[in-house]
Amino acid sequence: MEHISTPKVENVKLLDRFTNKRPAHGTLYLTATHLIYVDAAAGVRKETWIAHHHIASVEKPPLSTTGCPLIIRCKNFRVAHFVILRERDCHEVYTSLLKLSQPVKYEDLYAFSYNPKSDQDERLMEWKLIDLKMEYMRMGIPNNYWVLSDLNKDFKVCSTYPTCLVVPKEASESTIIGSSKFRSRERFPVLSYYHKDNNAVICRCSQPLSGFSTRCVEDEKMLEIISKANPGSPFMYVVDTRPKLNAMANRAAGKGYENEDNYPNIRFQFIGIENIHVMRGSLQKLLEACELKNPSMSGFLTVLENSGWLRHIKAVMDASVFLAKAVRDENASVLVHCSDGWDRTAQVCSLASILLDPFYRTIKGFMVLIEKEWISLGHKFSQRCHHLEFDPKETSPVFTQFLECVWHLMEQFPSAFEFSEKYLLEIHDHVFSCQFGNFVGNSQKERQELKIFENAHSLWPFLLQRKQELVNPLYISNAYNALQPNTYPFCFKFWCGMYNRFDKGMHPRQSVLDYLLECMNRKATLKASETDMEDKLLGQNTPLGDNRTLTKHFEDVPAMEDLSELISDDVAEGLPAHLSNGSVVNSDVCLKREMAEGPHGTSVNHLPHRDSSDNKALPSTDVSGNGSIITPSP
Amino acid sequence: MEFAELIKTPRVDKVQLHRPFHPTVGGTLCLTGHHLILSSRQDNSEELWLLHSNIDSIEKRFIGSSGTITIKCKDLRIIQLEITGMDECLNIASSIEALSTLDSVTLMYPFFYRPMFEVTEDGWSSFLPEQEFELLTSETEDWRLSDVNQDFSVCQSYPQVVIVPKSIDDESLRKVAAFRQGGRFPVLSYYHRKNGMVMMRSSQPLTGTNGRRCKEDEKLINATLRPGKRGYIIDTRSLNVAQQARAKGGGFEQEAYYPQWRRIHKSIERFNILQESLIKLVEACNDQSHNMDRWLSKLEASNWLGHIKEILTTACLAAQCIDREGASVLVHGSEGMDSTLQVTSLAQIILEPKCRTIRGFEALVEKEWLQAGHPFQQRCAQSAYSNSKQRWEAPTFLLFMDCVWQILRQFPCSFEFNERFLVTLFEHAYASQFGTFLGNNEFERSKLKLKQKTMSLWSWVNQPNELRKFTNPLYEANGLVIWPSVAPQSLLLWEGVFLRWNRSSKYLEDAYKEMIHIIEYNKDLQVRVNALRRQLAELETEDGMLETP
Repeated sequence: MEHISTPKVENVKLLDRFTNKRPAHGTLYLTATHLIYVDAAAGVRKETWIAHHHIASVEKPPLSTTGCPLIIRCKNFRVAHFVILRERDCHEVYTSLLKLSQPVKYEDLYAFSYNPKSDQDERLMEWKLIDLKMEYMRMGIPNNYWVLSDLNKDFKVCSTYPTCLVVPKEASESTIIGSSKFRSRERFPVLSYYHKDNNAVICRCSQPLSGFSTRCVEDEKMLEIISKANPGSPFMYVVDTRPKLNAMANRAAGKGYENEDNYPNIRFQFIGIENIHVMRGSLQKLLEACELKNPSMSGFLTVLENSGWLRHIKAVMDASVFLAKAVRDENASVLVHCSDGWDRTAQVCSLASILLDPFYRTIKGFMVLIEKEWISLGHKFSQRCHHLEFDPKETSPVFTQFLECVWHLMEQFPSAFEFSEKYLLEIHDHVFSCQFGNFVGNSQKERQELKIFENAHSLWPFLLQRKQELVNPLYISNAYNALQPNTYPFCFKFWCGMYNRFDKGMHPRQSVLDYLLECMNRKATLKASETDMEDKLLGQNTPLGDNRTLTKHFEDVPAMEDLSELISDDVAEGLPAHLSNGSVVNSDVCLKREMAEGPHGTSVNHLPHRDSSDNKALPSTDVSGNGSIITPSP
Repeated sequence: MEFAELIKTPRVDKVQLHRPFHPTVGGTLCLTGHHLILSSRQDNSEELWLLHSNIDSIEKRFIGSSGTITIKCKDLRIIQLEITGMDECLNIASSIEALSTLDSVTLMYPFFYRPMFEVTEDGWSSFLPEQEFELLTSETEDWRLSDVNQDFSVCQSYPQVVIVPKSIDDESLRKVAAFRQGGRFPVLSYYHRKNGMVMMRSSQPLTGTNGRRCKEDEKLINATLRPGKRGYIIDTRSLNVAQQARAKGGGFEQEAYYPQWRRIHKSIERFNILQESLIKLVEACNDQSHNMDRWLSKLEASNWLGHIKEILTTACLAAQCIDREGASVLVHGSEGMDSTLQVTSLAQIILEPKCRTIRGFEALVEKEWLQAGHPFQQRCAQSAYSNSKQRWEAPTFLLFMDCVWQILRQFPCSFEFNERFLVTLFEHAYASQFGTFLGNNEFERSKLKLKQKTMSLWSWVNQPNELRKFTNPLYEANGLVIWPSVAPQSLLLWEGVFLRWNRSSKYLEDAYKEMIHIIEYNKDLQVRVNALRRQLAELETEDGMLETP
């Protein structure tokens, strides 16, 4: 790669940013896609992988006595503080990283070079895993009120909407087109969620171009039709998720909000969620709280409060609860918008769906939801996540906030979700990693133009293959229908697992989740073992030795065989041999073994028989922080 | 005195009971000498059975001819009783007021409570200092059991027997007692088996402004040092506070007289500052407004979590001195009955795996709190809702419980007990049918004849049926030292106590049940598999025997 002048630097220290622990000593490698740090300390081999796309900033503070510091801040909130012995090496790594972390064109993104050995057909199958038409059918559409429309098939009506949309059956083409012309960026009202039980719906759009007094007959008609598509309620809510002041200011620019007088039977409501710029600033302040060195409790809480972050999270949650209540308790439909209808609107529509429909709390359902409300309906992922050199003012943690709200729901309803926090973190990683095509680009149209579906892979099959590590063992399917979260301020807390995720010292030293996951794995093993032995006891003629061959599967599966593909040829030579033995510890986004193993990769570990005395395969937990290991006994 | 005199109206019908997250129920309210009972008489079950001693404060409000009594409890719950009839309401209110503020200990419920269970093990004799000493002698011979305080004359707040260095005789102990506030001379708190280091606790030395010294005191604590080794004195007060204490006759160990000791000052708050902190925190948790900034600033202003952080940090320091530095430690503040005990008991949780078992934790509470003379009766007289001016109240023990919960949260598989156990101990410290937490020290307890006249909490807790509820299903004995993180990000509000009544617990309980289900199911499965395996092995040997001949 032309940007990598120094592929390998030895004698690099990795400092722990909070404790004064002895820094790790090791070697730094630059590959085409990752920065890899290998801790050379005797004993445990520890590797830290940082995807170039994850790097938000690289900083080279002045030389210190121990060497030349290099601080890397990542979009997934990792902060790595390296000290490189020689200034020249440091500078070269610095300049390389600056280039590698700021791709200029889409084609430079990892998604276009990532190739886990599947052929074209498989790749297309991957993309078919989530089918939105199926999802609408699951919801109960088409029906008497709602139909799928291909009006936007060439993106002619709205360039940021997908081709497949759900609109009211009664709405004529001219009504829709008329309405689209009266809405910011032509984002006319479309269906987000249909509540089978009572016909109430959540629809979404952008703000009307109403200015101070402009009206649009088609738009008024459109809203009336939507309202009437829910005969159970005499009115419909129109929710503007912006603070009233912002919405009013927009009127001066010829935009604004619906006038209740012009739209019959609507109840208009403001819900003050701040805009992307406020959110960006708020996150910045929140991260300051995370980076405080030896903060006092009150110092931390003060910065947390001043950041306003939890206030914003609560606002998003409150808005979603409002939507869900309207639909469920008042049988009323809701039309939601903000300014362009692709940030706040996406947040509250998707959260309300999660509150209303247990399907979205499953692993698959959550994928569908993200694909529908975020990717397909045009959340500008590439701009918001700063995949390329866009205007920094377009960056905003809107999607991160959505994931955080889901996490808060998981905290309140620990058995309601099929997936665990790990799933959210994994998705969050990949939104930025650009390893998969799903989040590349800002709209469906852009993705088609980029030929994402032909040239890149989909994240979802990759995650489904790893389902076993992402599930929530406490999930009770069908236990709860609608969720009614408590939104008192004390129900919201700092999400250490996200914002201080890589500061392991701050997390519980033993993980209940891991413990229970291991329980589930053991359960599978024991069950297989039980059935097997019962069979043997039944047919005693079977020679006993036969099944012992099974244990062969149990040996550690070699993985990371194709790691070399990740690494450009000239660099690969310099890599230590054990990089390919699957001992990746801290890997962020790398080709996990599952991908390399093929379809049954994940299940291999659970099939074979295991002796009750054999606990080698159990994950061990570092308990004391002094390197001692305990292993949960079987 | 007869309770009947205090009960103006023993019974009122058609009373409405309001509780957050519960539907309102109507029923008959009965007052007994020790309980407030509301029965809906629907299915013969009582909706509410509340100890008068659990009531922290009451408020009454009238609308027309009906009144509402708001009862705020020491366990932080708030309930409302809606009573028709002004007179009835007033009578009930004044009766509750009188019954919940009885000043004679012997009128408390534990003296009247008759257990409905069969006592298999008398908790009063479960944790005797003699047993503790016996265990110690198997490890070291450097210590002896002294009964210098047999009649409580040397130190009122110490038990009758204490463990002291073998080389120090009782006469010296008397002299040291005279040099330490309240007679609380240094005694053994914990012996670290791993390296033979010890933790002692005491009260502050009475050096005064002219730097009084006491050779016996110096000799006593030096007796715990190995030759050539230094020890640490952890003073739980800031240097400033410790210096000010000299003016009142107190003080701290001066370097000149204790050259082998390094003194470290920390600053753990006591008394009214903690009480204020609790009041503010609970007020914040009961704030019904939806203002995030207000919540965070109130949480911050209460400084509750700040106290947690300081206490845990000090405990970690003490544990570190012992385990990492291989040094012995003496801990004290002023009286040595509050912050000192928080530190010594938490350090043991960190260092000693036994303290993380149910029985071991009970022993710890017994030894480091009850026998060590933490004045429970004074400290727990009132809780977060008291209107009266505080005198000796302080949530010292609750803070300790909170700290244990923080460690438990960080090491969820290392404790034999669960959160419920901690919440239960907190409740019983403030209001209980058992005598365990009555009185301020062993001396008072012996005068009250609690052993003879009341039931011990441990007698009840340690029944197999009850123990099951307090057992942590995730527990795997962990023989290591556990170092908790004290970063602000790692310390959380203890929702199980402070938000307990302000949120629905259904979903958390569902998850807990599911967790138990998963674990139990696995255990059963393992048993079945083992049995099958045995069966197969037997068959195999039979086959083998058939084949060999």
